[in-house]
Amino acid sequence: MSTLTVSAEQTEEELMPSHSGGEIARLHSVTKRYGTNTALDHFSFEIYPGEIVSLLGPNGAGKTTAIRLLLGLISPTSGSVRVLGRNPRDSSARTRIGAMLQVAKVPENLRVREHIDLFRSYYPKPLSANEVVRIAGLEGIEDKFFGKLSGGQKQRALFGLALCGDPELVFLDEPTVGMDIEARRNLWTQIRLLSARGKSVLLTTHYLEEADALANRILVMNKGFMVAEGTPTEIKNRVSGRRIRCVTRLERDFVRTLPTVTDIVEDRDALVITTSHPESVIRVMLQRDETLHDLEISAAALEDAFLALTKSVNQ
Amino acid sequence: MATSAIRPVSLGTPYYLNLFVKETRYEFLKALRNRMFSLATLGFPIMFYLLFGVTNRHTGPGLNYAQYLVAGYSCFGMIAAALFNLGAGISAERAQGWLEVKQASPMPRVAYLGAKVLTCMAFGVVIVAMLMTLGLTLGGVHATPGQIFHLAGVVIIGSIPFASLGLLLSLIMPPNAAPGVINLIYLPMSFCSGLWMPIEVLPHWLQKTAVVLPTYHYAQLALNVFGYARSSATLIHWEALAGFTCLMLGASWLIFTRSEAKA
Repeated sequence: MSTLTVSAEQTEEELMPSHSGGEIARLHSVTKRYGTNTALDHFSFEIYPGEIVSLLGPNGAGKTTAIRLLLGLISPTSGSVRVLGRNPRDSSARTRIGAMLQVAKVPENLRVREHIDLFRSYYPKPLSANEVVRIAGLEGIEDKFFGKLSGGQKQRALFGLALCGDPELVFLDEPTVGMDIEARRNLWTQIRLLSARGKSVLLTTHYLEEADALANRILVMNKGFMVAEGTPTEIKNRVSGRRIRCVTRLERDFVRTLPTVTDIVEDRDALVITTSHPESVIRVMLQRDETLHDLEISAAALEDAFLALTKSVNQ
Repeated sequence: MATSAIRPVSLGTPYYLNLFVKETRYEFLKALRNRMFSLATLGFPIMFYLLFGVTNRHTGPGLNYAQYLVAGYSCFGMIAAALFNLGAGISAERAQGWLEVKQASPMPRVAYLGAKVLTCMAFGVVIVAMLMTLGLTLGGVHATPGQIFHLAGVVIIGSIPFASLGLLLSLIMPPNAAPGVINLIYLPMSFCSGLWMPIEVLPHWLQKTAVVLPTYHYAQLALNVFGYARSSATLIHWEALAGFTCLMLGASWLIFTRSEAKA
């Protein structure tokens, strides 16, 4: 059994860790290798109190690896991991955090109520069982066996278990997988409420909409690297510009030479043009091609920003 | 509200006591509600006892078969409980990712293992009680209260070496092959150690090699309760089981720390 009291020899540094920026958790220049495969490469980031940070990236980007490091389930090949100023394996850090991980199967022959009762016993100052049920939206299914729950209900129950200890920092690894739209929106509301109560949340997702809707800060990851970091608006602005879609007789090569055009893609019989200043581009195009039709102009979605950001690393 | 600096918390005895009780209680409920598990640990010994013990009133020279099999099948059930709950149980929970959820929580590892061992022990008590009841009522078995408690004690303590074997197996077995591997290990071992029939009935070479099996020493200790052991010396069997336990736990520890260093 691990001792939870800190012995006198431990330095003031250990007791009151340097949190110059006031961060609640931190990966500092962490590299994690599995054999020859590098899951994270000199990766650094911090989470500050009350923030919702989202790790966004395709499969294999290293999102889950980052969470597993912060939970002390794996150790870094190099670099340092601190949670609440401590080693994440330290029990006094673990009593202040909650985690919702991707689990293939939860013991199915315990009831939801029993799972909650058990997890509450792991924490010194747990939330009341009723509170957990209310926050996770488990009313009416408390007496069901875990194995009888639908996919979305299972996710909600796992979310409830992550909150049993009234944690200051919550890790959510792909929390809304398998949920329908309504359940997803309800969970978003609860995640926002956590943040409103001063809790910090680290969320991984491959739903861009989810990161956009929830996060104060998005870290876009690909292949173990940080590709971009910023607020959802900043990330969207990284791929500045809007898209023009139209059917035109003009040559691709000519359109490409127009000022502010950054990208051209052919989509069936139409041309999709990315530009920071669509007004001037379309003015020229309309003058030169009277047959131009099916014209649409739209803002770049977060999805486009994301694809552009991760693509640049792939190349 | 959210402070990034945390004071170390001292978690006292009530916290740990509550945690251990809850972990054990739910582990037991989980095992009890798992029909595969209940069948292997309670169903098979009872069925075998009804088939071969109760119906077999054969009493050879110095041998009441129905009495012999109460001891034999009690051990058999306990071994199944320990190997399935620890071996197959941990192996499956790890493969499914559930073990990680528990590891990420502040639950001490010793609570997880302790709860599983205590659950096995509780099953051991149920097995002895049921077989003894069948023996006394249907099998014409005579046993003093002292003998009953002695047998229950031996059976329960025997959960420790086999739980250790289960733990080691959980670390090295491929999870989907676990039940098969366990059956391949414990069924022949039970047979060769005289849990199903007096070891004297077996070929001589088997009788000689049985000495290396932990199940043999376990059987001898249980059979000694009714005076059916090959000799009345018990210390050697306790030593053998203790040595086996150390070997299993040592190997488990080695494999676990190696895999953790790699993780």
